[in-house]
Order: sequence, then structure tokens, then C-alpha cells
Amino acid sequence: MKSFGFFFTVLVYYILSRLFEESGRKFFLNPVLLSIIVVALFLRFSHISYQFYMKSAGFIFYLLGPAVVSLAIPLYKERKTIVEYAMEISVGVVLGGLVAALSVIYIAKFLGATKEVLLSLSPKSITTAIAIGVSGKIGGIPALTAVLVILTGIMGNAVGVELLNLAKVRDRVARGLGMGVTSHALGTARIILDDELSGAVSGLAIALNGVYTSFMLPYLVKLILG
Amino acid sequence: MRFYKGLAIIMGFLFAGEAIEKLLKIPVPGNVIGMLLLTGALLLGFVRLEDVEEVGTFLIRNMSIMFIPPGAGIIVYWGLVKTQLVPIAVALVVSFAVTIVFTAKTVEILRRKR
Repeated sequence: MKSFGFFFTVLVYYILSRLFEESGRKFFLNPVLLSIIVVALFLRFSHISYQFYMKSAGFIFYLLGPAVVSLAIPLYKERKTIVEYAMEISVGVVLGGLVAALSVIYIAKFLGATKEVLLSLSPKSITTAIAIGVSGKIGGIPALTAVLVILTGIMGNAVGVELLNLAKVRDRVARGLGMGVTSHALGTARIILDDELSGAVSGLAIALNGVYTSFMLPYLVKLILG
Repeated sequence: MRFYKGLAIIMGFLFAGEAIEKLLKIPVPGNVIGMLLLTGALLLGFVRLEDVEEVGTFLIRNMSIMFIPPGAGIIVYWGLVKTQLVPIAVALVVSFAVTIVFTAKTVEILRRKR
């Protein structure tokens, strides 16, 4: 019975990916977002525990480890452009990481979120594994952070490319960095299918923003939330 | 055979990254350390691109599905999310749009000024 989680995840993702392709890639039919909703609702109404689901679905999540390591490949292939853009990339990560944290904290605070939720929200733009660690360190709820990080990633996966087009950003390095700094691996997963250079920069941004934010955020939240 | 060679290399770097994470007690996860180490190894010529390209590209192209299981974990926290749904949703959406446009525009403007 433990194969249920793996089987169900792949089945739902297959069906929804086909729907997405056959609809002509309508952003509101994003297969990752819809799959999460379908799986979550199914678990809720069938009274199957999340723990039981993860017995085999956990393996799919586990593969994210080697997938992130593999981002070294586009990084290596695009090394020339990345070195050429070293200054722009560095400034983009430092300012972008700051804007990501400040904007989410102040908006949620203004709308009345509790401190626990604010702290859980603050690392939402960095890759799941780092965000969980940082969240625990600053007093957030790590598992809630994981979900918020994924929701942020899904927006990049679903509409990040469209938003960059709307803002008329044409520089491929700029597009990749915006995506990676904002929507980590889920955004990278999408943009790398469109453009390898943007994908490589996006992958690099995951690492740079993850390391930078993990050191910066504990001081930032102390400064503005006391 | 190359598939397994590539997989062994990638898993080896992941394992090394996890070991370094544990030894140095730094907040950076093992997979990110592994990615930086593998990039270094490719640059220094310790690892050949052809050996890792096939399996690595397969993993990268299928990264989206790997987020479904942890994402479904929202059901565990639904009770808490529900009570603060508006602040959480608005903050996530607005912050997402502001951050991606701001960051991309900053890089593009800096580049043009050169």
C-alpha cells in the first residue's frame, strides 16, 4: 500500500501536465499548483494522512537534492557570460534578496499577520532547504515556511516569465536573476525550459541568494521586528 | 554505463555537500554546497561534462514534480493559514511581483549603464 503516494503524485501530475499542454499552456492551469491542490484536497477528504502519503511520495521530493547539485551543469556551460556579468549579478542578489524579505514582512505586518507568521514568511524567496533552517533559527515555523516557499516558487513557475515579458525585461541574464532570486528552484525549473542561459543564472541565484539571505535575515528581522 | 557514472558523481557531490554542511554547521544545505563543489570540479577539469550531462539534465528538466509532495504539506498547516489567509496571500503575491521585476530591472539597467 505504501506505493500510493508515488503513484498518485505521478498520475495527477501526468494528467494535469497534459491538460496544461493541450490548453496551449494557459498559466492558470499550472500543473504544479493544480497537482498540489488536487493531492492536498484528496488527502483531506479521503482521510489519508500526509505522513502515509509521504512514505513513497517522499522519494520524489528526495530527488530534488541531486537535481539541485545538477544545476552545476548549466552554470558550468554558461560560465563565460556569468563571469562577464559578475558585478550586475552581485548587486542584483544583494538588493533583490533585501526587497524580497522587506516587502513580504511589511505587507503582511500591515495586514495584521502575527509575528510567528511574519517570521515564517520572511525567507520565502530562498530555496526550501535553506529557508527551513533559517525559519527555525529566527523563530518561525519551518514546515509552514516550506509551504510558503513553494507557493512563492509556483508563482514564478506559473507567471514569472509572463511578468518579465510584461515588464519588458529582455536581457537574458537579468531575466534569469530575477527569477532565481524571487522563485528559487521552481522558477528555475520553468525558465530553464525556455532559455538555458537564463536558467543557468537562475540556478546560480538560488545558491547566492540562499547563502546571502541565510546570513542577512537573522539580523534584518531583529532590526525591524525587535 | 555512463548513466551510472554520472549518477554516482552527482550523488557523490551531494553526499560530500551534506558532509560539509554537518561538519561546518553552516546554514547552507548540502545540495547547494554540492552544486558549488561540482561547478568547481567541472571548471578544474576533475569531472567531465559529458559524464554528468545526461543524468543531470534529466533531473533538472523534471524538477517541477519534486515540489508536489512538500507542497501538499499545506494540509498540515491549513488551520493556521486559514486564520491569516488575507495577509499571507496578499504579501506573497505582491512581494513576488515587486521582487522579480525589481531584481530583473536592476540588473538590466546596470548592464545598460556600462
